[in-house]
Amino acid sequence: MVKFVARRLGVMLLTALALTFVVFYLTNLPPNLEKLARTEGSVRMTDDAVLSWIEKNGHGGSVFGRYSEWLGIKPGWVLTDEKGVTRGRCVTAGFTPENAPRYCGVLQGEWGISTVFKEPVLTVVGEKLGATGWLMLYVMLLMIPISLLMGILSGMREGSRTDRSLSAVAIVTAATPEYVSGVILIAVFASATTGLSPILKELGWIDSNTLFMGTATSAADNITFWNFGLPVITITLYGIGYIARMTRASMTEVMTQQYIRTARLKGVAFKDVVMRHALRNALIAPFTVIMLQVPYLLNGVVIVETLFNYKGFGWTLVQAAGNNDIELLLGCSVVAVFVVLMTQLFSDIGYVFLNPRIRLS
Amino acid sequence: MDMLTWTGTAGILLNPVMLAAAVALVLAILAQLVLGAVTGAAETAVMQDGTLVARRSPFDLAALAVRYIGLAVIVLLGLYLVVGIVMPGVVTKGIIGAVSARFLPVWIALIATFAVSIIYRRRLGLYGKLFDSPVGMIGFGLVMFWVFTALFADAIITHDPLAQLSGLKNKVPGTPLQDTKDGALYSHYLLGGDALARDVFSRMVMGARRVLAIAPAATTFAFMVGITLGLPAGYFGGKLDTVLSFIANLVLAFPVILLFYLLVTPEIRVTGIPIALAAVLFLFPIIFLTILFNSRYFTNPGQRNLYVGVTLVIGLWAYSGLAFNADPLGVFSMDPNLLNVFVSVVFVNAPTVFRIVRGIVMDLKARDYVAAGQTRGEGPWYIMLWEILPNARGPLIVDFCLRIGYTTILLGTLGFFGLGVSPESPDWGSTINSGRKLLTLFPHPAVVPALALMSLVLGLNLLADGLREESMKD
Repeated sequence: MVKFVARRLGVMLLTALALTFVVFYLTNLPPNLEKLARTEGSVRMTDDAVLSWIEKNGHGGSVFGRYSEWLGIKPGWVLTDEKGVTRGRCVTAGFTPENAPRYCGVLQGEWGISTVFKEPVLTVVGEKLGATGWLMLYVMLLMIPISLLMGILSGMREGSRTDRSLSAVAIVTAATPEYVSGVILIAVFASATTGLSPILKELGWIDSNTLFMGTATSAADNITFWNFGLPVITITLYGIGYIARMTRASMTEVMTQQYIRTARLKGVAFKDVVMRHALRNALIAPFTVIMLQVPYLLNGVVIVETLFNYKGFGWTLVQAAGNNDIELLLGCSVVAVFVVLMTQLFSDIGYVFLNPRIRLS
Repeated sequence: MDMLTWTGTAGILLNPVMLAAAVALVLAILAQLVLGAVTGAAETAVMQDGTLVARRSPFDLAALAVRYIGLAVIVLLGLYLVVGIVMPGVVTKGIIGAVSARFLPVWIALIATFAVSIIYRRRLGLYGKLFDSPVGMIGFGLVMFWVFTALFADAIITHDPLAQLSGLKNKVPGTPLQDTKDGALYSHYLLGGDALARDVFSRMVMGARRVLAIAPAATTFAFMVGITLGLPAGYFGGKLDTVLSFIANLVLAFPVILLFYLLVTPEIRVTGIPIALAAVLFLFPIIFLTILFNSRYFTNPGQRNLYVGVTLVIGLWAYSGLAFNADPLGVFSMDPNLLNVFVSVVFVNAPTVFRIVRGIVMDLKARDYVAAGQTRGEGPWYIMLWEILPNARGPLIVDFCLRIGYTTILLGTLGFFGLGVSPESPDWGSTINSGRKLLTLFPHPAVVPALALMSLVLGLNLLADGLREESMKD
């Protein structure tokens, strides 16, 4: 077991290094740096001035060297210009060139300053992750019970009418990406001109113009059902279909096993067969599926936060990418890569724990 | 000209009937749910002579009612479409009828396809078997509807998808044009106007052409890459497998949106990374076909030289045009924007295909027929491409359908974030994106492409389901 986890961790570390390097390379491409120079320096800089700005601000040199500096395994750059002013990667507010630390990278907790938010990246990412955490919490609370229930009910009696109707629902939701369901939900529930809201208003059932709110901006301070309902439902809908189908497949497989037939022939009630004999074995596969679904949820989070203007992690990523905020984009990528790799590790370890038939080593 | 109603003149008669049928259907479904929870299916009774008799329970009656009322609703819906084609004049047709009439070439093509396919279904292999499964037929119908729409788009559209007509900004569906001096123009905006006063209906139809030109092609390329790398990885195993699997997992561990934001930017085109990626990825179809023909026909050099030669000439010709935009004859070329999008989508999809192919090959290589081939002295590539691959076709075809749907969703995502497409492009993702700014006030410019995208993906998923069901029956 220990050997397995150690091996997995080793591969993870290698993956994390490779991925962060790719992100670093792609965000620090010469055109991006030139754009950065023009936004940070002056828009009307000549090409030579841009090149010297890049050189002076530590963006010159080989990409491997800069990556090591960013990571914090190589001393940060220090440059003294012709006026005698010494500047460097680690010479930030609160430090003079003399007492500045030699290493200041991600490993030392120095994630740089965001150019869009004018704040340390770590603060920005932490704060926005908190906001996204609430969104994910509600999504998980809604998605997991519904999808498991749907999968179990339809897998219990394969081919029954319940199975067919629930499978139809699962197929439809799996075919509706977030930007489609979000648009339709807003049109139906949160538009003052179409959908349900004008009807309800006319009947006097609601006081405001719309039933749900079309934006979730206010949810950052105060989460209510009316401002947070639509974003949560939008993400949940797309996830439900896939998990329900996987649960159904796992359940139908378990229901054809010999021990289920034995239990039935012993005279155990169908309800007890499902609850005691089938369920425990049928839920192993969905666990992995749910864990591996998290990276896809990340996708949904970016789309939904943009659509509903909820200022969370996904919204920050879009802002960082759209405004060429290199440090923030790198920070977001580190978090995203970390989340993906952790879910993979958890799903592997969890699978081994849950499934007694798998023996490691 | 008058505003159009949704159902036109026929609606006066059809709408009350439809409403009654819909209410009856809802009641019947509720009754079925309640009775299903209370009673259950048919009760059986043993007769004196030992035979078993089933009596219809109230639940069965409710189920029967659901089926027939459901059928009636479907017939009524069809009637709306047919009436729209038959009725003269736009105002009498109504919006639904007029849209249906514009789709006339698609209906004819669909009916012809289904008629021919159903008649000859016993001779058409897996494709013919699709027509035994209702789910598969619905899926196939939806997909073909959009394929024919893309084909006949020029005949279906009512206006130029880029033309902006004055006074029609954000107008609701069925708004008449203000001045109809130009006789060539259609008299109404059937599904309303968008924020730039363009026709939503025509843009949606033209968008089908954009989406269906890119998604299947990108999926095919992803499959070529995944198959060409997945076959040897699964068959040989060892170091090759370890390295390729690590790279595949690396790409898969990337959050897709992040990758798009990094890969599909205007800046990145300057660096030449998309062209480098294209140079690698576009090589795989040529490698695949060359090995395919070479491994089969190398014993017969004449035939081999012909096939491989044709592949190489056409392949490298297209390759020079598509990847480097350096086609000497100028037949093959790709807009740099499009190339960027295309390459990214292939890049994202290929690792998943690789993993699927690798898994199947690892399973199949233990079969007896592979051992028989090896004993006969067949080469590894012949075994992989001509023995294993045809036996892996079932899951691969199913995944191909699902993956086109997923690619469509990915392309929509790119459009939704405004990445890599020009703002004028009528593709569904970018129309949803431009429509979402005024979504709460004028939902129709975004809802129309959203429903179109959803129905296409749904059709592909249902088609995959039907194919899976039918291919499992063998």
